[in-house]
Amino acid sequence: MIRRAAAALLLLAGVAAAADIRPSRDFLSPELRAQQDDPSRHPGWLWVEEGEALWARGARSCQSCHGGIESMAGVAARYPAVATDGALLNLEGRIERCRTEQQGEAPFGYESEPLLSLTAAIAQRSRGMPMSVATDGAAAPFLERGRAFYETRQGQLNLACGQCHDDNAGRRLRGDVISNGLGTGYPAYRLEWNTLGSLHRRLRACSLGVRATQLSLGSPEYLALELYLAARAQGLPVEAPGLRR
Amino acid sequence: MRVVLALLLAAASPAAGQVAGFVVRGDAIEAPLAGLVGDAARGEAVVKNRETANCLICHSIPDPREPFMGEIGPPLAGVGGRLSPGQIRLRLVDPTRVNPGAIMPAYHRTHDLLRVDPRFAGRPVLGAQEIEDVVAWLVTLRE
Repeated sequence: MIRRAAAALLLLAGVAAAADIRPSRDFLSPELRAQQDDPSRHPGWLWVEEGEALWARGARSCQSCHGGIESMAGVAARYPAVATDGALLNLEGRIERCRTEQQGEAPFGYESEPLLSLTAAIAQRSRGMPMSVATDGAAAPFLERGRAFYETRQGQLNLACGQCHDDNAGRRLRGDVISNGLGTGYPAYRLEWNTLGSLHRRLRACSLGVRATQLSLGSPEYLALELYLAARAQGLPVEAPGLRR
Repeated sequence: MRVVLALLLAAASPAAGQVAGFVVRGDAIEAPLAGLVGDAARGEAVVKNRETANCLICHSIPDPREPFMGEIGPPLAGVGGRLSPGQIRLRLVDPTRVNPGAIMPAYHRTHDLLRVDPRFAGRPVLGAQEIEDVVAWLVTLRE
């Protein structure tokens, strides 16, 4: 009872009940967890290596402004973030902006191989660091939108995210263990996809699972949800590139 | 009052033709939907079908041949001894009529749902005949 009251107070204060939320890696099988930790057995590292090559490629490369990719340490832990023009950007959106505005190139496109590769390579530089997204100021209204989406029952199966990822985390849904639904491992290599994919691709699978309308990759709803998921994960480690079933 | 409301909601739904009207008394729908007779063998197939109802994603049944059953909902073993056919029927049609916070989806309802995938909009998960078939099988699970 006291625990429930404390959780309600934390929610009122604008953050999730962090004590009840466990890192996604805790819900992996021991085999998958070991493989996630071992780059030599983790297929996601193919994208990391490709992304690191892209980082340095061309005359107006990422490196020509930012220096070595090691300068990206900690950046992924702070995304999604609100840009100076008021738009909420996730890491993919930030990279695309750099590409069009700073590098004068056409955008890669959501879920394209080069964008996934660069995102994975940059996110990997924050691996193990605690999530620390801004949730106040300009981010606050986006966080509220994300929370509302998370808490609303939707789809023909009429389910809210939290009914599985809060109320039933750790239990089995068919053969899968339900996690707390954090985005900290994305982009992730999913065995079901047999490739690396973005968090928004995963969210589309969630929407399909409850027979709700699948929203576009990069849609405002999924971006706000991504921020709310990141806020739920505050203080928990970045796991990207993750390895998932 | 609740009886009238249920009939009104069913009648007002754009997919009224796909959802049978029903009368709730207490926590049960005593009368079979649309007066249909359920078939237990067909009901067993509906329960085990992973594409439509997908009951076993959350529930287990007493059948050792079924791998990977869920543990979100209560085991269905013995449900026929715990609940009457009418109680089972209401819990399939719309569990939120018994518990507003129920995680279990309403399997025979089309109103008050948000952002439904257009491919499923206006259609219940299970039709009236399928509901009656599932009721007919679940009442046989007595231990």
